[in-house]
Amino acid sequence: MPATKLSKAAASDHASRVFDLDVSSLRELNQALHNLTPGSNETAWEVLHPKGSHSVAVGVDQPVSIDVRGSVGYYCGGMNSGSTIIVHGSAGPGVGENMMSGSITIKGDASQYAGATGKGGLLVIEGNASSRCGISMKGIDIVVHGNIGHMSAFMAQSGNLVVLGDAGDALGDSIYEARLFVRGKVDSLGADCIAKEMRPEHLELLQGLLDRAGVTGVKPSEFKRYGSARTLYNFNIDNADAY
Amino acid sequence: MCGIVGLFLKDKSLEPKLGAMLSEMLVSLSDRGPDSAGIAIYGAPAKNEAKITIQSAKPARDFPGLDAELAKAIGVPVSIAVKSTHAVVRTTPDKIDEAREAIQTLRPDIRIMGAGDVVEIYKEVGLPEAVVDRFDVRKMTGTHGIGHTRMATESAVTTMGAHPFSTGADQCLVHNGSLSNHNNVRRELIREGMKFETENDTEVAAAYLSSQMAHGKNLGEALEGTLSDLDGFFTFVVGTKNGFGVVRDPIACKPAVMAETDQYVAFGSEYRALTKLPGIDNARVWEPEPATVYFWEH
Repeated sequence: MPATKLSKAAASDHASRVFDLDVSSLRELNQALHNLTPGSNETAWEVLHPKGSHSVAVGVDQPVSIDVRGSVGYYCGGMNSGSTIIVHGSAGPGVGENMMSGSITIKGDASQYAGATGKGGLLVIEGNASSRCGISMKGIDIVVHGNIGHMSAFMAQSGNLVVLGDAGDALGDSIYEARLFVRGKVDSLGADCIAKEMRPEHLELLQGLLDRAGVTGVKPSEFKRYGSARTLYNFNIDNADAY
Repeated sequence: MCGIVGLFLKDKSLEPKLGAMLSEMLVSLSDRGPDSAGIAIYGAPAKNEAKITIQSAKPARDFPGLDAELAKAIGVPVSIAVKSTHAVVRTTPDKIDEAREAIQTLRPDIRIMGAGDVVEIYKEVGLPEAVVDRFDVRKMTGTHGIGHTRMATESAVTTMGAHPFSTGADQCLVHNGSLSNHNNVRRELIREGMKFETENDTEVAAAYLSSQMAHGKNLGEALEGTLSDLDGFFTFVVGTKNGFGVVRDPIACKPAVMAETDQYVAFGSEYRALTKLPGIDNARVWEPEPATVYFWEH
Protein backbone atom coordinates (compact mmCIF):
# COMPACT_ATOMS: atom_id res chain seq x y z
CA MET A 1 0.00 0.00 0.00
CA PRO A 2 1.42 3.44 -0.91
CA ALA A 3 2.73 5.58 1.93
CA THR A 4 0.64 8.61 2.81
CA LYS A 5 1.46 12.09 3.97
CA LEU A 6 -1.49 12.01 6.33
CA SER A 7 -0.09 9.12 8.33
CA LYS A 8 3.09 11.10 8.93
CA ALA A 9 1.11 14.14 9.98
CA ALA A 10 -0.85 12.04 12.46
CA ALA A 11 2.32 10.94 14.17
CA SER A 12 3.31 14.48 15.08
CA ASP A 13 2.78 15.12 18.76
CA HIS A 14 0.93 18.09 20.20
CA ALA A 15 -1.08 18.86 23.28
CA SER A 16 -4.67 17.92 22.66
CA ARG A 17 -7.94 17.69 24.51
CA VAL A 18 -8.40 14.01 25.30
CA PHE A 19 -11.75 12.24 25.62
CA ASP A 20 -11.54 8.69 26.91
CA LEU A 21 -14.84 7.00 26.08
CA ASP A 22 -14.19 4.48 28.87
CA VAL A 23 -14.61 7.45 31.22
CA SER A 24 -16.65 10.07 29.38
CA SER A 25 -19.85 9.50 27.49
CA LEU A 26 -20.20 9.90 23.76
CA ARG A 27 -22.78 12.64 24.45
CA GLU A 28 -20.15 14.59 26.41
CA LEU A 29 -17.63 14.27 23.59
CA ASN A 30 -20.03 15.37 20.88
CA GLN A 31 -21.46 18.19 23.02
CA ALA A 32 -17.96 19.51 23.70
CA LEU A 33 -17.23 19.44 19.98
CA HIS A 34 -20.52 21.18 19.20
CA ASN A 35 -19.75 23.86 21.80
CA LEU A 36 -16.66 24.94 19.85
CA THR A 37 -16.89 28.46 18.50
CA PRO A 38 -14.89 30.08 15.70
CA GLY A 39 -11.36 30.97 16.77
CA SER A 40 -11.24 28.47 19.65
CA ASN A 41 -7.77 27.45 20.74
CA GLU A 42 -8.90 23.88 21.29
CA THR A 43 -7.90 22.76 17.83
CA ALA A 44 -6.54 19.29 18.62
CA TRP A 45 -8.75 16.53 19.99
CA GLU A 46 -8.09 12.93 20.77
CA VAL A 47 -10.68 10.21 21.37
CA LEU A 48 -9.59 7.06 23.21
CA HIS A 49 -11.30 3.67 23.45
CA PRO A 50 -14.10 4.25 20.94
CA LYS A 51 -14.70 0.45 20.88
CA GLY A 52 -17.04 0.58 17.93
CA SER A 53 -19.24 3.38 19.32
CA HIS A 54 -21.74 4.95 16.98
CA SER A 55 -21.78 8.63 15.91
CA VAL A 56 -18.29 9.54 17.10
CA ALA A 57 -17.58 13.21 16.22
CA VAL A 58 -20.79 13.71 14.29
CA GLY A 59 -21.81 17.23 13.29
CA VAL A 60 -18.50 19.02 13.99
CA ASP A 61 -18.51 22.43 12.31
CA GLN A 62 -15.16 23.96 13.29
CA PRO A 63 -11.72 23.46 11.69
CA VAL A 64 -10.26 21.24 14.42
CA SER A 65 -8.34 17.99 14.16
CA ILE A 66 -9.71 14.87 15.85
CA ASP A 67 -7.66 11.70 16.24
CA VAL A 68 -9.77 8.67 17.10
CA ARG A 69 -7.60 5.87 18.53
CA GLY A 70 -9.43 2.67 17.66
CA SER A 71 -12.35 1.44 15.60
CA VAL A 72 -15.70 3.21 15.39
CA GLY A 73 -19.26 2.08 14.67
CA TYR A 74 -21.94 3.75 12.57
CA TYR A 75 -21.82 7.28 11.13
CA CYS A 76 -18.45 8.50 12.41
CA GLY A 77 -17.85 12.08 11.26
CA GLY A 78 -21.31 12.38 9.77
CA MET A 79 -22.20 15.89 8.51
CA ASN A 80 -18.60 16.96 9.11
CA SER A 81 -18.06 20.60 8.24
CA GLY A 82 -14.43 21.65 8.18
CA SER A 83 -12.80 19.34 10.72
CA THR A 84 -9.99 16.89 10.04
CA ILE A 85 -10.86 13.48 11.50
CA ILE A 86 -8.43 10.57 11.51
CA VAL A 87 -9.66 7.17 12.67
CA HIS A 88 -6.71 5.00 13.68
CA GLY A 89 -8.72 1.85 13.21
CA SER A 90 -11.67 0.75 11.09
CA ALA A 91 -15.05 2.40 10.60
CA GLY A 92 -18.55 0.95 10.62
CA PRO A 93 -21.40 1.74 8.22
CA GLY A 94 -22.00 5.30 7.03
CA VAL A 95 -18.68 6.93 7.86
CA GLY A 96 -18.72 10.57 6.73
CA GLU A 97 -22.35 10.39 5.69
CA ASN A 98 -23.47 13.77 4.36
CA MET A 99 -20.05 15.37 4.92
CA MET A 100 -19.99 19.03 3.84
CA SER A 101 -16.27 19.90 4.01
CA GLY A 102 -13.05 19.04 5.82
CA SER A 103 -11.59 15.55 5.71
CA ILE A 104 -11.94 12.12 7.24
CA THR A 105 -9.20 9.49 7.01
CA ILE A 106 -9.77 5.87 7.97
CA LYS A 107 -6.52 4.00 8.60
CA GLY A 108 -8.24 0.62 8.44
CA ASP A 109 -11.28 -0.56 6.51
CA ALA A 110 -14.68 1.06 6.14
CA SER A 111 -18.02 -0.74 6.17
CA GLN A 112 -21.04 -0.10 3.97
CA TYR A 113 -22.08 3.23 2.40
CA ALA A 114 -18.94 5.20 3.26
CA GLY A 115 -19.38 8.86 2.30
CA ALA A 116 -23.04 8.43 1.40
CA THR A 117 -24.74 11.63 0.18
CA GLY A 118 -21.58 13.64 0.97
CA LYS A 119 -21.70 17.17 -0.42
CA GLY A 120 -18.04 18.11 -0.04
CA GLY A 121 -14.74 17.45 1.68
CA LEU A 122 -12.40 14.50 1.31
CA LEU A 123 -12.88 10.97 2.63
CA VAL A 124 -9.78 8.76 2.51
CA ILE A 125 -10.00 5.06 3.30
CA GLU A 126 -6.55 3.52 3.55
CA GLY A 127 -7.89 -0.04 3.68
CA ASN A 128 -10.90 -1.43 1.81
CA ALA A 129 -14.41 -0.04 1.65
CA SER A 130 -17.47 -2.25 1.53
CA SER A 131 -20.64 -2.13 -0.55
CA ARG A 132 -22.36 1.11 -1.62
CA CYS A 133 -19.29 3.28 -1.11
CA GLY A 134 -20.23 6.80 -2.22
CA ILE A 135 -23.91 5.99 -2.69
CA SER A 136 -25.74 9.15 -3.81
CA MET A 137 -22.56 11.24 -3.43
CA LYS A 138 -23.26 14.90 -4.13
CA GLY A 139 -19.87 16.55 -4.38
CA ILE A 140 -17.66 14.68 -1.92
CA ASP A 141 -14.27 13.32 -3.00
CA ILE A 142 -13.57 9.76 -1.87
CA VAL A 143 -10.20 8.03 -2.22
CA VAL A 144 -9.98 4.34 -1.34
CA HIS A 145 -6.54 2.73 -1.26
CA GLY A 146 -7.93 -0.80 -1.37
CA ASN A 147 -11.06 -2.28 -2.93
CA ILE A 148 -14.71 -1.26 -2.84
CA GLY A 149 -17.78 -3.50 -2.71
CA HIS A 150 -20.86 -3.87 -4.87
CA MET A 151 -23.28 -1.07 -5.84
CA SER A 152 -20.74 1.64 -5.13
CA ALA A 153 -21.53 5.17 -6.38
CA PHE A 154 -25.16 4.11 -6.87
CA MET A 155 -27.08 7.20 -8.07
CA ALA A 156 -23.97 9.31 -7.57
CA GLN A 157 -24.68 12.90 -8.51
CA SER A 158 -21.44 14.83 -8.21
CA GLY A 159 -17.89 14.50 -6.89
CA ASN A 160 -15.09 12.03 -7.46
CA LEU A 161 -14.57 8.44 -6.34
CA VAL A 162 -11.00 7.16 -6.69
CA VAL A 163 -10.28 3.48 -6.11
CA LEU A 164 -6.73 2.17 -6.18
CA GLY A 165 -7.87 -1.45 -5.98
CA ASP A 166 -10.86 -3.25 -7.49
CA ALA A 167 -14.58 -2.47 -7.60
CA GLY A 168 -17.42 -4.96 -7.02
CA ASP A 169 -20.57 -5.52 -9.06
CA ALA A 170 -22.82 -2.78 -10.44
CA LEU A 171 -20.41 0.10 -10.08
CA GLY A 172 -22.14 3.43 -10.67
CA ASP A 173 -25.63 2.02 -11.11
CA SER A 174 -27.99 4.80 -12.29
CA ILE A 175 -25.19 7.32 -11.96
CA TYR A 176 -25.86 10.98 -12.74
CA GLU A 177 -22.69 13.04 -12.99
CA ALA A 178 -19.95 11.90 -10.59
CA ARG A 179 -16.54 10.78 -11.90
CA LEU A 180 -15.29 7.34 -10.95
CA PHE A 181 -11.61 6.42 -11.31
CA VAL A 182 -10.69 2.77 -10.76
CA ARG A 183 -7.16 1.39 -11.03
CA GLY A 184 -7.99 -2.30 -10.69
CA LYS A 185 -10.71 -4.45 -12.21
CA VAL A 186 -14.41 -3.70 -12.08
CA ASP A 187 -16.65 -6.75 -11.60
CA SER A 188 -19.50 -5.13 -13.54
CA LEU A 189 -20.94 -1.73 -14.37
CA GLY A 190 -24.45 -0.79 -13.26
CA ALA A 191 -27.20 0.66 -15.46
CA ASP A 192 -26.10 3.70 -17.44
CA CYS A 193 -22.49 3.59 -16.20
CA ILE A 194 -19.84 3.38 -18.92
CA ALA A 195 -16.07 3.56 -19.27
CA LYS A 196 -14.99 6.97 -20.48
CA GLU A 197 -11.94 8.51 -22.08
CA MET A 198 -9.21 9.89 -19.75
CA ARG A 199 -8.60 13.35 -21.12
CA PRO A 200 -5.77 15.62 -19.87
CA GLU A 201 -8.12 17.47 -17.53
CA HIS A 202 -9.07 14.16 -15.88
CA LEU A 203 -5.44 13.15 -15.41
CA GLU A 204 -4.82 16.53 -13.82
CA LEU A 205 -7.90 16.27 -11.59
CA LEU A 206 -6.94 12.76 -10.51
CA GLN A 207 -3.34 13.78 -9.74
CA GLY A 208 -4.73 16.52 -7.51
CA LEU A 209 -6.96 14.03 -5.67
CA LEU A 210 -4.11 11.56 -5.19
CA ASP A 211 -1.93 14.37 -3.84
CA ARG A 212 -4.62 15.55 -1.43
CA ALA A 213 -5.12 11.98 -0.20
CA GLY A 214 -1.39 11.57 0.33
CA VAL A 215 -1.05 8.80 -2.23
CA THR A 216 2.41 8.48 -3.75
CA GLY A 217 3.91 6.11 -6.27
CA VAL A 218 0.72 5.80 -8.27
CA LYS A 219 0.20 7.44 -11.68
CA PRO A 220 -3.17 8.81 -12.88
CA SER A 221 -2.61 7.01 -16.18
CA GLU A 222 -2.99 3.68 -14.34
CA PHE A 223 -6.70 4.41 -13.79
CA LYS A 224 -9.77 4.03 -15.95
CA ARG A 225 -12.55 6.58 -15.77
CA TYR A 226 -16.23 5.67 -15.54
CA GLY A 227 -19.26 7.89 -15.61
CA SER A 228 -22.80 8.37 -16.80
CA ALA A 229 -23.93 7.51 -20.33
CA ARG A 230 -26.85 9.90 -19.60
CA THR A 231 -29.39 7.65 -21.25
CA LEU A 232 -31.60 7.64 -18.15
CA TYR A 233 -31.89 11.42 -18.06
CA ASN A 234 -35.05 11.60 -20.14
CA PHE A 235 -38.04 9.38 -20.46
CA ASN A 236 -37.78 7.28 -23.61
CA ILE A 237 -41.13 6.43 -25.18
CA ASP A 238 -39.71 3.10 -26.39
CA ASN A 239 -39.50 2.02 -22.75
CA ALA A 240 -43.13 2.85 -21.99
CA ASP A 241 -44.06 -0.83 -21.81
CA ALA A 242 -41.62 -1.33 -18.98
CA TYR A 243 -43.59 0.94 -16.64
CA MET B 1 -32.57 -4.15 13.04
CA CYS B 2 -31.91 -7.22 15.28
CA GLY B 3 -28.48 -8.11 16.59
CA ILE B 4 -26.68 -11.39 16.07
CA VAL B 5 -23.58 -12.85 17.66
CA GLY B 6 -21.74 -16.11 17.22
CA LEU B 7 -18.59 -17.57 18.69
CA PHE B 8 -16.79 -20.72 17.59
CA LEU B 9 -13.86 -21.65 19.79
CA LYS B 10 -10.72 -23.28 18.44
CA ASP B 11 -8.79 -23.02 21.72
CA LYS B 12 -10.08 -25.46 24.34
CA SER B 13 -8.78 -23.28 27.17
CA LEU B 14 -11.51 -20.73 26.36
CA GLU B 15 -14.34 -23.27 26.65
CA PRO B 16 -15.08 -22.52 30.33
CA LYS B 17 -15.64 -18.88 29.32
CA LEU B 18 -17.91 -19.45 26.32
CA GLY B 19 -21.12 -18.41 28.09
CA ALA B 20 -19.52 -15.29 29.56
CA MET B 21 -17.99 -14.23 26.26
CA LEU B 22 -21.15 -14.83 24.25
CA SER B 23 -23.29 -13.04 26.88
CA GLU B 24 -21.00 -10.01 26.78
CA MET B 25 -21.21 -9.92 22.99
CA LEU B 26 -25.00 -10.14 22.98
CA VAL B 27 -25.57 -7.56 25.72
CA SER B 28 -23.43 -5.06 23.78
CA LEU B 29 -25.98 -5.20 20.95
CA SER B 30 -29.09 -4.74 23.15
CA ASP B 31 -30.19 -1.57 21.37
CA ARG B 32 -30.45 -3.43 18.07
CA GLY B 33 -33.51 -5.26 19.36
CA PRO B 34 -35.53 -4.83 22.56
CA ASP B 35 -38.22 -7.45 22.03
CA SER B 36 -36.65 -10.75 22.93
CA ALA B 37 -33.30 -12.45 23.18
CA GLY B 38 -31.98 -15.96 23.00
CA ILE B 39 -28.85 -17.99 23.05
CA ALA B 40 -27.84 -21.50 21.99
CA ILE B 41 -24.81 -23.10 23.57
CA TYR B 42 -23.09 -26.24 22.39
CA GLY B 43 -21.64 -27.95 25.44
CA ALA B 44 -19.46 -30.99 25.87
CA PRO B 45 -21.04 -34.28 24.78
CA ALA B 46 -21.77 -36.75 27.57
CA LYS B 47 -21.61 -40.46 26.98
CA ASN B 48 -24.93 -42.07 26.09
CA GLU B 49 -26.83 -38.88 26.81
CA ALA B 50 -28.96 -36.54 24.74
CA LYS B 51 -30.96 -33.57 25.90
CA ILE B 52 -34.11 -31.61 25.18
CA THR B 53 -34.48 -27.99 26.24
CA ILE B 54 -38.09 -27.29 27.21
CA GLN B 55 -39.95 -24.14 28.23
CA SER B 56 -43.10 -23.47 30.17
CA ALA B 57 -44.94 -20.28 31.02
CA LYS B 58 -45.86 -22.04 34.29
CA PRO B 59 -42.67 -23.83 35.37
CA ALA B 60 -43.89 -24.42 38.94
CA ARG B 61 -46.86 -26.35 37.59
CA ASP B 62 -45.24 -28.15 34.65
CA PHE B 63 -41.73 -29.19 35.73
CA PRO B 64 -42.11 -30.92 39.15
CA GLY B 65 -42.46 -34.66 38.79
CA LEU B 66 -41.98 -34.58 35.04
CA ASP B 67 -38.74 -36.61 35.25
CA ALA B 68 -40.42 -39.53 37.02
CA GLU B 69 -43.44 -39.47 34.72
CA LEU B 70 -41.22 -39.32 31.64
CA ALA B 71 -39.00 -42.14 32.87
CA LYS B 72 -42.08 -44.27 33.37
CA ALA B 73 -43.43 -43.39 29.93
CA ILE B 74 -40.25 -44.16 27.97
CA GLY B 75 -38.74 -46.84 30.19
CA VAL B 76 -35.28 -45.33 30.73
CA PRO B 77 -33.88 -42.96 33.36
CA VAL B 78 -34.59 -39.25 32.86
CA SER B 79 -33.17 -36.23 34.66
CA ILE B 80 -34.38 -32.65 34.63
CA ALA B 81 -32.38 -29.51 35.43
CA VAL B 82 -34.68 -26.50 35.82
CA LYS B 83 -33.53 -22.96 35.02
CA SER B 84 -36.30 -20.39 35.44
CA THR B 85 -38.87 -20.96 32.66
CA HIS B 86 -36.64 -23.50 30.92
CA ALA B 87 -35.48 -26.98 31.82
CA VAL B 88 -33.03 -29.41 30.28
CA VAL B 89 -34.27 -32.99 30.08
CA ARG B 90 -31.52 -35.59 29.81
CA THR B 91 -32.03 -39.17 28.69
CA THR B 92 -30.49 -41.76 26.38
CA PRO B 93 -30.08 -40.72 22.71
CA ASP B 94 -32.19 -43.60 21.36
CA LYS B 95 -35.19 -42.38 23.38
CA ILE B 96 -35.09 -38.72 22.40
CA ASP B 97 -37.97 -38.82 19.91
CA GLU B 98 -40.11 -40.84 22.30
CA ALA B 99 -39.29 -38.41 25.10
CA ARG B 100 -40.35 -35.45 22.92
CA GLU B 101 -43.71 -37.08 22.22
CA ALA B 102 -44.21 -38.07 25.85
CA ILE B 103 -43.49 -34.51 27.04
CA GLN B 104 -46.17 -33.15 24.72
CA THR B 105 -48.65 -35.73 25.97
CA LEU B 106 -47.84 -35.35 29.67
CA ARG B 107 -47.60 -31.52 29.63
CA PRO B 108 -49.34 -30.10 26.55
CA ASP B 109 -48.37 -26.51 27.44
CA ILE B 110 -44.63 -27.18 27.39
CA ARG B 111 -42.77 -25.88 24.37
CA ILE B 112 -39.69 -27.60 23.01
CA MET B 113 -36.86 -25.15 22.33
CA GLY B 114 -34.47 -27.65 20.81
CA ALA B 115 -32.92 -31.06 21.18
CA GLY B 116 -29.72 -32.89 20.43
CA ASP B 117 -26.61 -34.40 21.93
CA VAL B 118 -25.02 -31.14 23.00
CA VAL B 119 -27.19 -28.05 22.36
CA GLU B 120 -29.13 -26.11 24.97
CA ILE B 121 -31.35 -23.19 23.92
CA TYR B 122 -32.64 -20.42 26.16
CA LYS B 123 -34.88 -17.67 24.85
CA GLU B 124 -37.43 -15.30 26.29
CA VAL B 125 -39.12 -11.97 25.75
CA GLY B 126 -36.96 -9.16 27.15
CA LEU B 127 -33.54 -7.61 26.78
CA PRO B 128 -30.35 -9.71 26.50
CA GLU B 129 -29.16 -8.69 29.98
CA ALA B 130 -32.36 -10.01 31.57
CA VAL B 131 -32.29 -13.19 29.51
CA VAL B 132 -28.64 -14.08 30.21
CA ASP B 133 -29.12 -13.32 33.92
CA ARG B 134 -32.29 -15.36 34.13
CA PHE B 135 -30.64 -18.46 32.69
CA ASP B 136 -27.20 -17.90 34.17
CA VAL B 137 -25.73 -18.09 30.67
CA ARG B 138 -22.46 -16.47 31.78
CA LYS B 139 -21.56 -19.61 33.73
CA MET B 140 -22.16 -21.96 30.81
CA THR B 141 -19.28 -23.74 29.14
CA GLY B 142 -19.05 -25.07 25.64
CA THR B 143 -17.37 -25.19 22.26
CA HIS B 144 -19.51 -22.74 20.30
CA GLY B 145 -22.72 -20.79 20.48
CA ILE B 146 -24.96 -18.24 18.81
CA GLY B 147 -27.20 -15.48 20.16
CA HIS B 148 -29.83 -13.02 19.01
CA THR B 149 -31.57 -9.90 20.21
CA ARG B 150 -34.77 -9.32 18.30
CA MET B 151 -36.60 -6.35 16.84
CA ALA B 152 -39.77 -8.12 15.77
CA THR B 153 -40.98 -7.62 12.20
CA GLU B 154 -42.48 -10.79 10.78
CA SER B 155 -44.30 -12.32 13.75
CA ALA B 156 -45.47 -11.78 17.30
CA VAL B 157 -43.30 -10.87 20.26
CA THR B 158 -43.48 -14.17 22.11
CA THR B 159 -41.05 -16.69 23.55
CA MET B 160 -41.54 -18.92 20.54
CA GLY B 161 -40.99 -16.02 18.17
CA ALA B 162 -37.56 -15.39 19.70
CA HIS B 163 -34.40 -16.73 18.09
CA PRO B 164 -32.52 -19.08 17.88
CA PHE B 165 -34.84 -21.37 15.95
CA SER B 166 -34.06 -25.05 16.11
CA THR B 167 -35.66 -27.49 13.71
CA GLY B 168 -33.26 -30.41 13.77
CA ALA B 169 -31.06 -32.23 16.27
CA ASP B 170 -28.30 -29.89 17.44
CA GLN B 171 -29.16 -27.45 14.63
CA CYS B 172 -30.14 -23.86 15.16
CA LEU B 173 -30.17 -20.55 13.38
CA VAL B 174 -30.36 -16.81 14.11
CA HIS B 175 -31.36 -14.29 11.48
CA ASN B 176 -31.17 -10.59 10.83
CA GLY B 177 -33.49 -9.53 8.02
CA SER B 178 -36.82 -10.60 6.62
CA LEU B 179 -37.76 -13.25 4.09
CA SER B 180 -40.37 -12.55 1.45
CA ASN B 181 -41.08 -16.09 0.24
CA HIS B 182 -41.32 -17.79 3.62
CA ASN B 183 -44.96 -18.79 3.24
CA ASN B 184 -44.28 -20.65 0.03
CA VAL B 185 -41.16 -22.36 1.35
CA ARG B 186 -43.06 -23.29 4.52
CA ARG B 187 -45.78 -24.96 2.44
CA GLU B 188 -43.19 -26.98 0.54
CA LEU B 189 -41.44 -28.03 3.73
CA ILE B 190 -44.75 -29.02 5.36
CA ARG B 191 -45.41 -31.22 2.33
CA GLU B 192 -42.04 -32.87 3.08
CA GLY B 193 -43.19 -33.55 6.63
CA MET B 194 -41.50 -30.71 8.53
CA LYS B 195 -43.45 -29.25 11.47
CA PHE B 196 -43.70 -25.54 12.35
CA GLU B 197 -44.51 -23.90 15.65
CA THR B 198 -44.79 -20.23 14.58
CA GLU B 199 -45.60 -17.91 11.70
CA ASN B 200 -42.03 -16.64 11.85
CA ASP B 201 -39.94 -16.34 8.67
CA THR B 202 -36.77 -17.37 10.48
CA GLU B 203 -38.25 -20.68 11.55
CA VAL B 204 -38.67 -21.40 7.83
CA ALA B 205 -35.00 -20.68 7.19
CA ALA B 206 -34.01 -23.01 10.03
CA ALA B 207 -36.32 -25.74 8.73
CA TYR B 208 -35.01 -25.23 5.20
CA LEU B 209 -31.44 -25.89 6.39
CA SER B 210 -32.53 -28.89 8.47
CA SER B 211 -34.30 -30.31 5.44
CA GLN B 212 -31.27 -29.79 3.20
CA MET B 213 -28.99 -31.46 5.72
CA ALA B 214 -31.46 -34.30 6.20
CA HIS B 215 -31.09 -34.86 2.44
CA GLY B 216 -27.37 -35.41 2.94
CA LYS B 217 -25.94 -31.95 2.30
CA ASN B 218 -23.26 -30.65 4.61
CA LEU B 219 -23.68 -27.31 6.37
CA GLY B 220 -21.80 -25.41 3.66
CA GLU B 221 -23.90 -26.90 0.87
CA ALA B 222 -27.12 -26.26 2.78
CA LEU B 223 -26.15 -22.62 3.32
CA GLU B 224 -25.33 -22.31 -0.39
CA GLY B 225 -28.92 -23.37 -1.13
CA THR B 226 -30.37 -20.42 0.82
CA LEU B 227 -28.95 -18.09 -1.82
CA SER B 228 -31.15 -19.51 -4.55
CA ASP B 229 -34.15 -20.78 -2.57
CA LEU B 230 -34.78 -18.05 0.01
CA ASP B 231 -35.84 -14.60 -1.14
CA GLY B 232 -35.41 -11.49 0.98
CA PHE B 233 -32.85 -9.94 3.24
CA PHE B 234 -30.78 -12.09 5.47
CA THR B 235 -27.67 -12.54 7.45
CA PHE B 236 -27.82 -16.06 8.90
CA VAL B 237 -25.57 -17.45 11.60
CA VAL B 238 -25.98 -21.17 12.07
CA GLY B 239 -24.80 -23.76 14.55
CA THR B 240 -24.60 -27.53 14.15
CA LYS B 241 -23.24 -30.17 16.51
CA ASN B 242 -19.67 -29.46 15.44
CA GLY B 243 -20.02 -26.55 13.02
CA PHE B 244 -20.60 -22.86 12.68
CA GLY B 245 -21.68 -21.09 9.48
CA VAL B 246 -22.46 -17.62 8.15
CA VAL B 247 -24.14 -16.45 4.96
CA ARG B 248 -25.49 -13.11 3.71
CA ASP B 249 -27.90 -12.56 0.83
CA PRO B 250 -26.55 -11.05 -2.43
CA ILE B 251 -27.74 -7.53 -1.54
CA ALA B 252 -26.08 -7.78 1.89
CA CYS B 253 -27.60 -4.71 3.48
CA LYS B 254 -27.83 -6.36 6.90
CA PRO B 255 -24.62 -5.63 8.75
CA ALA B 256 -22.04 -8.27 9.62
CA VAL B 257 -18.49 -8.31 10.83
CA MET B 258 -16.28 -11.27 11.60
CA ALA B 259 -13.02 -11.79 13.44
CA GLU B 260 -10.68 -14.75 13.46
CA THR B 261 -7.66 -15.55 15.61
CA ASP B 262 -5.88 -18.80 16.47
CA GLN B 263 -8.30 -19.04 19.39
CA TYR B 264 -11.71 -18.41 17.85
CA VAL B 265 -13.96 -17.29 15.02
CA ALA B 266 -16.45 -14.62 16.08
CA PHE B 267 -19.42 -12.98 14.40
CA GLY B 268 -21.23 -9.77 15.34
CA SER B 269 -23.78 -7.53 13.67
CA GLU B 270 -21.45 -4.73 14.67
CA TYR B 271 -17.80 -4.45 15.61
CA ARG B 272 -18.62 -3.30 19.13
CA ALA B 273 -19.84 -6.84 19.89
CA LEU B 274 -16.29 -8.07 19.33
CA THR B 275 -14.31 -5.42 21.20
CA LYS B 276 -13.95 -7.37 24.45
CA LEU B 277 -12.76 -10.63 22.89
CA PRO B 278 -9.20 -11.65 23.74
CA GLY B 279 -6.63 -10.57 21.16
CA ILE B 280 -9.19 -8.67 19.08
CA ASP B 281 -6.70 -5.91 18.29
CA ASN B 282 -4.57 -8.37 16.37
CA ALA B 283 -7.42 -10.47 14.96
CA ARG B 284 -8.20 -10.69 11.26
CA VAL B 285 -11.38 -8.62 11.07
CA TRP B 286 -13.48 -8.57 7.91
CA GLU B 287 -16.94 -8.01 6.56
CA PRO B 288 -18.34 -11.22 5.06
CA GLU B 289 -18.92 -10.88 1.32
CA PRO B 290 -22.47 -11.02 -0.04
CA ALA B 291 -23.69 -14.39 -1.36
CA THR B 292 -20.67 -16.14 0.12
CA VAL B 293 -20.79 -19.07 2.51
CA TYR B 294 -18.39 -19.21 5.44
CA PHE B 295 -18.25 -22.21 7.72
CA TRP B 296 -16.02 -23.93 10.20
CA GLU B 297 -16.18 -27.39 11.73
CA HIS B 298 -14.42 -28.99 14.67
